[in-house]
Amino acid sequence: MNAPVYNFAYLDEQTKRMIRRAILKGIAIPGYQVPFASREMPMPYGWGTGGVQVTAAILGPDDVLKVIDQGSDDTTNAISIRKFFARTAGVATTTATADATVIQTRHRIPEAPLHGGQVLVYQVPIPEPLRFLEPRETETRRMHALGEYGLMHVKLYEDIARFGHIATSYAYPVKVNARYVMDPSPTPKFDNPKMDNCPALQLFGAGREKRIYAIPPYTSVVSLDFEDHPFTRYRFDAPCALCGAGDSYLDEIVTDDQGSRMFVCSDTDYCEGRQAEGHRGSESAAPHKERPHG
Amino acid sequence: MYVAVKGGERAIENAHRLLAHERRGDREVPELSLAQISGQLSLGVDRIMTEGSLYDRELAALALKQARGDMIEAIFLVRAFRATLPRFGASEPVDTGQMQVRRRISSTFKDIPGGQILGPTFDYTHRLLDPELAEGSKPEAPATAEASAATMPRVTDILGRDGLIEPSPQLDANSPVGDLTREPLSFPADRDLRLQNLARADEGFLLALGYSTQRGYGRSHPFAGEIRLGEVEVEFMAEDVGFAVPLGAVTLTECQMVNQFKGSATEAPCFTRGYGLAFGQSERKTMSMALVDRSLRARELGEEIVAPAQDEEFVMSHSDNVQATGFVEHLKLPHYVDFQSELGLLRKLRQEFSEATVEIPEPMQEAAE
Amino acid sequence: MADNTTAVQDNDQPLMQAEGLGKNYGRLSACRDVSFALYPGEVLAIVGESGSGKSTLLQLLSAQLAPSAGKVSYRMRDGVMRDLAALGEAERRFLFRTDWGYVHQDPVLGLRMAVSAGANVGERLMAVGWNHYGRIRDTATSWLERVEIDVERIDDAPRTYSGGMRQRLQIARNLVTEPRLVFMDEPTGGLDVSVQARLLDLMRNLVSELGLAAIIVTHDLAVARLLSHRVMVMKGGRVIETGLTDQVLDDPREPYTQLLVSSILPA
Repeated sequence: MNAPVYNFAYLDEQTKRMIRRAILKGIAIPGYQVPFASREMPMPYGWGTGGVQVTAAILGPDDVLKVIDQGSDDTTNAISIRKFFARTAGVATTTATADATVIQTRHRIPEAPLHGGQVLVYQVPIPEPLRFLEPRETETRRMHALGEYGLMHVKLYEDIARFGHIATSYAYPVKVNARYVMDPSPTPKFDNPKMDNCPALQLFGAGREKRIYAIPPYTSVVSLDFEDHPFTRYRFDAPCALCGAGDSYLDEIVTDDQGSRMFVCSDTDYCEGRQAEGHRGSESAAPHKERPHG
Repeated sequence: MYVAVKGGERAIENAHRLLAHERRGDREVPELSLAQISGQLSLGVDRIMTEGSLYDRELAALALKQARGDMIEAIFLVRAFRATLPRFGASEPVDTGQMQVRRRISSTFKDIPGGQILGPTFDYTHRLLDPELAEGSKPEAPATAEASAATMPRVTDILGRDGLIEPSPQLDANSPVGDLTREPLSFPADRDLRLQNLARADEGFLLALGYSTQRGYGRSHPFAGEIRLGEVEVEFMAEDVGFAVPLGAVTLTECQMVNQFKGSATEAPCFTRGYGLAFGQSERKTMSMALVDRSLRARELGEEIVAPAQDEEFVMSHSDNVQATGFVEHLKLPHYVDFQSELGLLRKLRQEFSEATVEIPEPMQEAAE
Repeated sequence: MADNTTAVQDNDQPLMQAEGLGKNYGRLSACRDVSFALYPGEVLAIVGESGSGKSTLLQLLSAQLAPSAGKVSYRMRDGVMRDLAALGEAERRFLFRTDWGYVHQDPVLGLRMAVSAGANVGERLMAVGWNHYGRIRDTATSWLERVEIDVERIDDAPRTYSGGMRQRLQIARNLVTEPRLVFMDEPTGGLDVSVQARLLDLMRNLVSELGLAAIIVTHDLAVARLLSHRVMVMKGGRVIETGLTDQVLDDPREPYTQLLVSSILPA
């Protein structure tokens, strides 16, 4: 039987070079979706195979990796991906946003501001922001090439006509570097402003759809809107029940079947950091001393 | 007092332990060997090799065992392994005309050079559950006869000699072989990539699409020109020795459909081809594949594209069961964050709606989409 | 007959010019050797039976088909005559969003059926950079009024509209960017006679108010008589007769035109 032998960070060097070329092209054309020959990974499509391939291609032995899903380091899929790289690349891992050199994420951007030299790798399910308006790839690629984005505004118009608001709450489309309309992946629109003029490099990997795109550091990222219906962030209006933060995106926790709920930070590192500094919310437990993994 | 959920890592480890336990089943019952799976569930192994795109019976049997009999999971395991294998190059095209035929039927001619050979087939079995099999059976040895020396030309070659069927497009020997596992796919896609996609495609998906063409959704008037099963030599052109080196034999099923075509102002009418090829014995797969291949040729044959089976972007984007199952099943992953965002918006809209309804007691227009 | 005073505006340069235009499909010639000039504000009707090549000609003129012979030139807003075949796809699509309109016989082809009427009209504005919801909606509202659609229906999708309303909506969607040239392919085809009359009346007023040039393909000589200044009669892919609308319809020279006129326009 052919016994498998795996390379550093799983992918072979030839594949990594191919992915790096796609990443470089993506950086050169901010917001443009670069087709790449996505490999079949040992985890299912939809579990972050695009992000994993991007991370595998850029990871070096000195990197410090953080993986989050829904803002948390401790959700099962984040753990699974972190373990994958700890095993195949032997890199150091962390849960502290500030200490990481590479952060792979699904659905959130950390609350702590990112700094220069960091790379944020997004897992992307559907990279095409026009997909649900126009299902054909041949047509959407032409629309991007010609900068024909009227249809995207038609969608926003319809939202306002029907609901009085732009009714997109996550995967809220943005225009990158005043050229390409881009899907930020299913992050809540609360996170959109963090993408703009960000000091960190932002890379996006869609494995099943075989696309990579990028936002270089300090690039303009503008959420689409109308002058008289400007983009607004959304956050449940309450402080975090654990750390009292009034500026973080919150998870809603259903605590019984009588309609009781509480709201806590979705970014667990941020929340734990604040608690360690002595911040308290209405439901605080003793601050978590043990920080899993290292 | 609320404590954030922790311990996901241990949960994963425990889940894997439990999975291994369930996989083994009743420990009083002997464990399946790979030889048993490969030998006795051979059509399942064939399908895993075909859709996994890797000709290795032992690994396919292992995958089926590891996947607890889940075909798509097994195909996925084989694919993930295949992705890590180095590429040395492409083999020479296999010559199915030289196949050591074990089964061969044509529905277009009563008798053909080399004859019709029924071979191992369910086709004329009566589908009655067989209690003898449950107890362990000792089937009779198969009937034997002198090996025939007759050549077995492909039926499509016989038609081709009279120009009744379009010539099979001959690829320039020097042109590179497309590989959608190494290069990103773009549309429109050429037939080599379409066939590769169909060969890897989910059998059930192709079956349904092929069936839809028969029921009128892009009808192509098919006849099963020939289906053959047997062994063919695989040869590899080794640059340093300068000639093709035989690598061994593989079992293949090939289906050539003969389809109608009206001709054009510049070309005399002739039959057109639909092609299916798979590892092992995979007749349903190759027949469905041949129907869909023919349908996907609508663009090059100047036919109007009106049905799903003719739409290459639709077919090729949705045929891969590893991709499809990944995206469908990823809905299991947490979506707390976007759901929360949606919940917030919905609450706001409902509040505004109820406020507006108090002021103007008119029903809201039905949504346009 | 439309008002001829708007036919020639402030300049006498042609807006569009076709020279020796032809299209072959294999051995079949769908249209051959068509030449004419269209001036700003002028309405040209192309008439003929089905299969006469008039629809192929319309597609050639609107750059949706590449000609096998000859060329079509168009005077861009900067005053320069450009060969349509030499335009890039981006330029061609931009023309279609701004300076041209195309009214399909079947409004389903020209509208987004699942999107509200307001957004159907507003799409072209948004495509050219309008970014103020209130102004887009106001403009859409005023266009619905101009094409006599109840503004209460602005948030309804056209699939809830009658055939006549859909066609009027399609016209509003095309005219909102104030194009200089509108192509119309059997714009009244498939509508009831009473609905046709209202639509024709509306179209005639809009064309003259806006000083639009238009090329209308129709088999219905009543449409040609009501809307056009000039008529081209096609048969077997060729133009067999051309002239002022009244002249051609009242005093046809070609036997084929005489047949058309007598069969379709009794008395």
